[in-house]
Amino acid sequence: MKEFAYTIKDEIGIHARPAGNLVKLIKGFSSSVTIEKEGKPAINATALMKLMGLGVKCGDTVKFTVEGDDEEAAAKAIEEFMSANL
Amino acid sequence: MVVYQGKGVYGAVAIGKVSVFKRQAAAVRRVSIEDTAAEIARVEAAKALAVEQLSAIHDKALKEVGEANAEIFEIHIMMLDDEDYNDSITSIIETQKVNAEYAVAATSDNFSEMFANMDDAYMQARAADVKDISNRLIACLTDSGSGTESSDEKMIVCADDLAPSETVSLDKDKVLAFVTAFGSSNSHTAILARNMNIPAVIGVGEDFLNSIADGDMMIVDGHTGEVFVSPDDETMKRLSAKQEDDARKKKLLQDLKGKENVTLDGTKVKIYANIGGVGGIGAVLANDAGGIGLFRSEFLYLESEDYPTEEQQFNAYRKVLESMSGKKVVIRTLDIGADKQIDYFRLDKEDNPALGFRAIRICLTRPEIFRTQLRALYRASAFGELGIMFPMITSVSEVEKCLAMCGEVKKELDDAGIRYNDKTEVGIMIETPAAAVISDKLAPLVDFFSVGTNDLTQYTLACDRQNAKLESFVDTHHEAVLRLIEMSAKNAHANNAWIGICGELAADLTLTEAFLRMGIDELSVSPPFVLPLREKVRSIDLNK
Repeated sequence: MKEFAYTIKDEIGIHARPAGNLVKLIKGFSSSVTIEKEGKPAINATALMKLMGLGVKCGDTVKFTVEGDDEEAAAKAIEEFMSANL
Repeated sequence: MVVYQGKGVYGAVAIGKVSVFKRQAAAVRRVSIEDTAAEIARVEAAKALAVEQLSAIHDKALKEVGEANAEIFEIHIMMLDDEDYNDSITSIIETQKVNAEYAVAATSDNFSEMFANMDDAYMQARAADVKDISNRLIACLTDSGSGTESSDEKMIVCADDLAPSETVSLDKDKVLAFVTAFGSSNSHTAILARNMNIPAVIGVGEDFLNSIADGDMMIVDGHTGEVFVSPDDETMKRLSAKQEDDARKKKLLQDLKGKENVTLDGTKVKIYANIGGVGGIGAVLANDAGGIGLFRSEFLYLESEDYPTEEQQFNAYRKVLESMSGKKVVIRTLDIGADKQIDYFRLDKEDNPALGFRAIRICLTRPEIFRTQLRALYRASAFGELGIMFPMITSVSEVEKCLAMCGEVKKELDDAGIRYNDKTEVGIMIETPAAAVISDKLAPLVDFFSVGTNDLTQYTLACDRQNAKLESFVDTHHEAVLRLIEMSAKNAHANNAWIGICGELAADLTLTEAFLRMGIDELSVSPPFVLPLREKVRSIDLNK
């Protein structure tokens, strides 16, 4: 299992388009990925509407948990995606 | 004749017959079913059809309104594919043994409510997207299309409200205008209408649809937001004239759009526009202004019941900067005073408000208000080409205090790791004689000057702008004012700063040549004056 935290730098937070792209990216891996915003229960990171519903804003820190056969690669890809887009 | 008042989102007049937009009645009935697997299969088939339709709409939008505006339909496709959304539909069918339409409608309500309850305006707007995709899915299930009766004639489409997908789906060649009973001027639909160049008036009120029928004569005035049902002769004549006037202006626009603001001898000048709110951006772009030379930030404070938050301001500034896609936007910091009262500021009544506690004087006295605005501005600076401008400057020390505050704000943002454009230009208004007279001392401190000729004239001639009795004493071309402008221009240029004019004189075509001879770099006027001014500039020869 791999865990890491990321603090959002994008001014409007995880909005519709990056959320959609993140979901697409994660679906490409076999590992299961959850995302957790402080104070809220973790959600499955491929659930687009729930992800948008988290209301993650600029400055918020989210925690990813990646578990599965390709967890190394998945975690790396997610981290790269986050720092490039959010 | 009946007149309705709404908000015009695209300034043009349309005259024609009404076509009422018919939508599949939203009333979905709950029907008990036995074969849940068959219902789920129906949902799958409808979903495939809906995705196909949305892809077609996306392609149409891409051609008609551009990539940034078409993106919403790509997101709609993804939302249709969302696991939770689909799980919810399936589980309602299975556990309650109900029809697919009902399951979709119930799911739509749950998810749109989740978004509507979020404390973020962007996410609240997603509730409409959930409803839009769900209604499409229901329409695909019942195999009933929505739309207008097809006709060869161009019609004025009237609806309670139009979803973005419905707006784009309308056949542009058959739509003269559209009018909706509900909706806001910042909605996605309004933005699409603007980009499609279709006259539109929205939010005319609930009873509108009850009083019209297919084939009624109607005039839509997108300038004023008025809608005339069965207009009388006099109105018809007046609006026809307005329509012709629009056509003339449009021709001027076509002739001059994209042309440079250059004199016969090759001197170039920038022509920007002045606006007082986010709603003015459409006019700025439609009139081909090179940027925004004066964006008055007061509207944020006037429209609010309490001090607007950093987030509210940031969202507005960001929107302007993004809409102008890289063109210069000069935003003036708060400029209120006793003559432009805002209750929650609790300003004292003054005998002489023009010479009173106003503009930068309030900001420097109450730094918490100023800091919030500067933070919002610098955060927004990452999204375009921002200039920040301070009003009512009279001394070097005021400018130094403003700059120190900018420095503090930038440091805060650095420490928090928040992006901003470090090259954001900072300038001041030249609207007091004091500022013009010491412009040699002020110019080294800033990147630009912008001359506010209305106040500069009032203060130089000691004539209250509000006092109608003084009109005969106010010579708007007074040599004293013109000399102050010329002096400021010289001092700006000697210190590598640029100078613009954003007051009413900028649009005075009899002074354009004089301003160009002074070396004024930029003229900022209200949007309708941009092209006439361009026409004037292109006729001037400074070698003569």
